[in-house]
Amino acid sequence: MDVKVAIQQLRLSFGKKEVLKGIDLDIVKNRIYGLMGPSASGKSTLISVINKMISFEDGVTMSGSVLLDGEDIINGDIDEVSLRKRIGTVFATPTPLPRSIFENVAFGPRLNNSTSRAELHALVEQSLRKSFLWDEVKDRLQESAMKLSGGQQQRLCLARTLALNPEIILLDEPCSGLDPISTAKIEEALAELKDQHTIILVSNNTKQIARATDFVAFFYLGELIEFGATDKVFTTPAVRMTEEYIQGKFG
Amino acid sequence: MVSAFSSLLFLFIIFAFILGEGLPLFYKVGAGKIIFGFTWAPTKGFFGIFPMIISSYMVTLGALIFGAPLALGCATYLSEYASRKMKMFLKPALELLAGIPSVVYGFLGVVYVVPLIREYLGGPGFSILATSVVLGIMILPTIISISFDSLMSVPQTYREASVAMGATKWQTIYKVVLPAAQSGILASFILGMGRAVGETMAVIMVAGNALRIPMSLLDPLRTLTSNIALELAYAAGDHRSALFSTGVVLLIIIMLLNFIANFWVKRKVAG
Repeated sequence: MDVKVAIQQLRLSFGKKEVLKGIDLDIVKNRIYGLMGPSASGKSTLISVINKMISFEDGVTMSGSVLLDGEDIINGDIDEVSLRKRIGTVFATPTPLPRSIFENVAFGPRLNNSTSRAELHALVEQSLRKSFLWDEVKDRLQESAMKLSGGQQQRLCLARTLALNPEIILLDEPCSGLDPISTAKIEEALAELKDQHTIILVSNNTKQIARATDFVAFFYLGELIEFGATDKVFTTPAVRMTEEYIQGKFG
Repeated sequence: MVSAFSSLLFLFIIFAFILGEGLPLFYKVGAGKIIFGFTWAPTKGFFGIFPMIISSYMVTLGALIFGAPLALGCATYLSEYASRKMKMFLKPALELLAGIPSVVYGFLGVVYVVPLIREYLGGPGFSILATSVVLGIMILPTIISISFDSLMSVPQTYREASVAMGATKWQTIYKVVLPAAQSGILASFILGMGRAVGETMAVIMVAGNALRIPMSLLDPLRTLTSNIALELAYAAGDHRSALFSTGVVLLIIIMLLNFIANFWVKRKVAG
């Protein structure tokens, strides 16, 4: 199996508060990984280590390593900007930019200035198709993205990420504010995307994790409690705490 | 309640007063002859203030050209780069800049800017250039604080989204943050212009107060405000009314600028 991201003994503290307590996790290429756990379990922090958004926070200390294709992105001198072109992120709340639908998707590719107009149009259409939004917006690409519904905005954010053709897609509770139909569309999109991308999905919704992921990691207060194939973890969890979380006894 | 209405009352009184004193001359001489007249010789019956209107616009524009880029750069630095500590230090410093009396700016202009221009660029030194530089500095606090507020009100999510798509900090600023704050920034420019048009003391000190349309950046000039301040002390009769007419024109220009600024800010809230 082809390891895309190798997290090794990762520890992270905000000031004196340790939020990741020695995480070991291998992320294999072209699979969907679910990170679940109650709030403050460190799953979103882990995401922000992988896309290096963590460097915008103050007072962070880290140890251990995160290897992307064997290259250490914590200790090595990797360029954060080009890293984020390889690792796309979709946030919990939809964050469209205040411009047209087309411009939102074209934003990333335009930063490189290398694509022609025709290529750009093709890329925008392709990205919107992949995120199951094309049919709803194809006639109004020049309208403001702010006019879309929450579910559409979130799929637009996914399309925007896809337009950069990232190797890894991080989704930080992408469906937390969405209705079931929008959620289903996003899950449907993810299932098709894993052929070309490695996907990490953070979610508080255990049902979503069960439906949409191949592997699942259960976090609790900064520790990785259990990791395994999603089928196995959800049918026969090895740790009692995982079982109780899945059954909804806490969280 | 009472004090709120009293300010409204004062506004109304000022309006009534200026219009009451200034408007009759417009009827008597003709608005065209005042606004587009080239000759200002109020004791001989010539009340043309066109050169002053042009001069006022020129120095206002000049002030914007000098002040706006600097102010916008400063506001951008403050909101996007400065640490919390730096912000806490710089913001009060800026407010202090706004609190310096205009005569001090004028004084510094006369002592430093005017001789520099005279020595290195020629002309009398008292000029559009000198006035623009001094006014440009004076409008900094206005532009900085309003555009800073509008930059700070750009949602953090815009910045995060942009950075997550592989934009550099600088690309994020000029492609996302500045356009999002655009209307507030434009409004700050307009309010800065309003401040520049209305400034009197510093302008009198560095403008040279010549009564003609300045043909080069190094020519002296007289603005609408200077005209009123310089002559009101000894003016009588129609001459005095003509100064009020100058005031009417000035009032209209400033009202217009404020109106435009408000319009922009409102559009931002709406959209």
